Amino acid sequence: MIRLVASKSNGSSPRRAAILGGNRIPFARSGGAYAQAGNQDMLTATLDGLVSRFSLQDEEIGEVVAGAVLKHSRDFNLTRESVLGSRLASTTPTFDIQQACDTGIEATILVANKIKLGQIESGIAGGVDTTSDAPIEVNDDLRRVLMDANAAKSTADRVKLLGRLRPSQVVPEFPRNQEPRTGLSMGGHTALMASEWEITREEQDELAAASHQNLAAAYERGFFDDLVTPYLGLTKDQNLRADSSVEKLAKLKPAFGGENGETATMTAGNSTPLTDGAGVVLLSSEEWAAEHGLPVRAYLTHSETAAVDYVHGEDHLLMAPAYAVPRMLERAGLGLGDFDFYEIHEAFAAQVLATLKAWEDPDWCREHLGLDGALGAIDRSKLNVTGSSLAVGHPFAATGGRIVATLAKLLDEKGSGRGLISVCAAGGQGVVAILEK
Amino acid sequence: MADRFLEIANARVGGAVVKRAGLPTPPRLKRYEPGQPLVEAPVLLGGAPGGRMREPVEILLRGLDVDVRSRATSGADKPFAAIVFDASTIASTEDLRELYDFFHPVARTLASNGRVLVLGTPPEDCGDDVPRATAQRALEGFTRSLGKEVKPGSTVQLVYVREGAEAHAESTLRFFLSSKSAYVSGQVVRVGAPAGDDAEGPDDWEHPLAGQVALVTGASRGIGAAIAATLARDGAHVIALDVPAQGAALSETANDVGGEALQLDVTAADAPSAIVDHVRERHGGVDVVVHNAGITRDKTVAGMDESQWDAVLAVNLTAPVRVSEALLAERALHPRGRIVGVSSIGGIAGNRGQTNYGASKAGVIGLVQSMAPRMVELPGTINAVAPAFIETSMTAAMPLFTREAGRRMNTMVQAGAPVDVAETIAWLASPGSGGVNGEVVRVCGQSILGA
Repeated sequence: MIRLVASKSNGSSPRRAAILGGNRIPFARSGGAYAQAGNQDMLTATLDGLVSRFSLQDEEIGEVVAGAVLKHSRDFNLTRESVLGSRLASTTPTFDIQQACDTGIEATILVANKIKLGQIESGIAGGVDTTSDAPIEVNDDLRRVLMDANAAKSTADRVKLLGRLRPSQVVPEFPRNQEPRTGLSMGGHTALMASEWEITREEQDELAAASHQNLAAAYERGFFDDLVTPYLGLTKDQNLRADSSVEKLAKLKPAFGGENGETATMTAGNSTPLTDGAGVVLLSSEEWAAEHGLPVRAYLTHSETAAVDYVHGEDHLLMAPAYAVPRMLERAGLGLGDFDFYEIHEAFAAQVLATLKAWEDPDWCREHLGLDGALGAIDRSKLNVTGSSLAVGHPFAATGGRIVATLAKLLDEKGSGRGLISVCAAGGQGVVAILEK
Repeated sequence: MADRFLEIANARVGGAVVKRAGLPTPPRLKRYEPGQPLVEAPVLLGGAPGGRMREPVEILLRGLDVDVRSRATSGADKPFAAIVFDASTIASTEDLRELYDFFHPVARTLASNGRVLVLGTPPEDCGDDVPRATAQRALEGFTRSLGKEVKPGSTVQLVYVREGAEAHAESTLRFFLSSKSAYVSGQVVRVGAPAGDDAEGPDDWEHPLAGQVALVTGASRGIGAAIAATLARDGAHVIALDVPAQGAALSETANDVGGEALQLDVTAADAPSAIVDHVRERHGGVDVVVHNAGITRDKTVAGMDESQWDAVLAVNLTAPVRVSEALLAERALHPRGRIVGVSSIGGIAGNRGQTNYGASKAGVIGLVQSMAPRMVELPGTINAVAPAFIETSMTAAMPLFTREAGRRMNTMVQAGAPVDVAETIAWLASPGSGGVNGEVVRVCGQSILGA
């Protein structure tokens, strides 16, 4: 039955947005365990896993917000279709969003904001992506002919269009991991950044090895028992190499960089692989959590988005979080060192390291952030303590939900504290957030 | 996994062949469905003079509009759905003749899928009255033999009701009279007076667990999934627990029963505290705990490596002990709580290649018997079921001849279904079963093993 009672808040005073937990399926390597699964399959399964974890069968959630970066046109209503196929009440409203790799974290912020404003009592946020079932488009020239054929009024007109068909038009358009305005791949962009910030191969490999080791240890101690639900026979992230080490990573050949004379330091080991998967987070008002007997793990308190002009300006593609974080810290009245955990999405080891270096660089911080000196350094032992995208993998829109649920659990385990989230994205954007308990 | 012999033997052509070949025909057991009446034909109620149980049984049955007869009238009557005999006052070996006199003329009037209940007084309660204790003990041999004579699909049980517990046997009588006990036969069960305020039966016998929270381990599939479904049918909110690797199936079980999935390895060092924390945070505690998680690692003791021994003992026995202790110590099990262990015929009769499994399943009986006196303080109960051959994916993996032998070596000439174990557990978990404590009930179709 459709809910007839409006959200209880009068909307005048913002409330706290509680994170109750999350669910994801193990992330699979492209063409791996989920090669035959589509975005809707994975998102539906992930929602059903969340439903079973929190006993939400037939529950009407205030809103479900999710999306995918690589999306078929038939999936225009991906989230709604997934909810209709799930165990949630079919009267649960949804909408799709897309903000490249920031899709999941932005969805979380949107849901949190609606809860804070009293517009909804509960919400689910997240995302899904597959590189194994990516949309391949008809050749653009062929598409024009077909569109004209569709618009043609007579059979004669349609026959005339046959003359425009060319053999070359059978070659379809594959989605590319490429910035449309620069023609450079994301790895290519990051290689330039790594070169400018003099990020060494060793530093990158160390970060990658730590990511794998931290993820393996977290699985070992059962940390993911209530965060991950197995799917299609996969019980752990397919990319995880528990025995990863700097020595092993050092043997890999560079995958990006070198085209412009810089030293090539980026390998398949210190860059995230293409991955399939889905991740979602359950949020609610404190009242809703109490009514449902669900403990609050953390609260989403602050967020910020920034974009850089990597096309005409001097900033690098994935540097936006370096701007977003200081802006958010100022609003929150916090310093960079005031956190117990740092969850910095590892698009590439070099992206994380360049961002940290920028914050430690007094000149850069003066020139670009207008600060008196360096923003500061972080305690590296608090960084991505249960692993991050280099080890887990990175199904673009699924990463935000993964990070939020992970950090909320870390804070809950600790009992109290504060965690920083930073996620860079294509198009020169970055979304950051603070969770507190 | 399907029992093809049962299908063939119950088909028209196949049935004739099976009969010609002199093979026993496995009957199609009638099982419970919601809304099914307790019995669907008259019940014959008799007893030795002055029996304590005749009146409570009659009140129960008449309250359910059951046609209760005190004698078998010859002729047109349809067969009896059940025959109940109150032997509680049989006080000497000569008095045992009452059994013969009563059953001799009526034994053949029991329907297929019929029920026979003999009600007695526990021999250990007869003090130094040797003839009385001897006669009461003799009832066991009578019921177990009668179980092998009654019509196909029928069951025979002996229920010893302690003096003063007459009013507290209702849930037990209901279970053994109904088709919920389809695969339980030849059992001996004791009903005592419930401890403290554990005497209240359920308000609604269709949903005896309404408002309660039940934790079921090993719930992702097979018997565990059936237990989850049955307890949910009876009104419980089910926490379905299994190892994280079983999470996909577990999630489906939880969603199917409207419960919640708890992915957790019960052998982990922090598993007991994690379970206590979970039930406390989410529900303030738990009412029913079913230790169903179990594994096998079969090898003769000479050929077994230590990991095979350790794994079986850790999952099947150490985990139930530690979790039960923690729930009691932390007071996370609510008053009127129920713990049900899952033992096995393998723990009673023993099986070649199962020294580890046999030890673990006999240990479950030890847990039940040693913890039962402590449960009285809560108050609450702890009991165990001991299944024999139940059709699951585990038994489907057995070699053909071992599987066939396992299936047929019982009075029902077939394997049990997961739901048979689940129904037995649901009876023990019922608020009405406060008088059943420290019992081990086999779900074995009256297996010839371990009898």
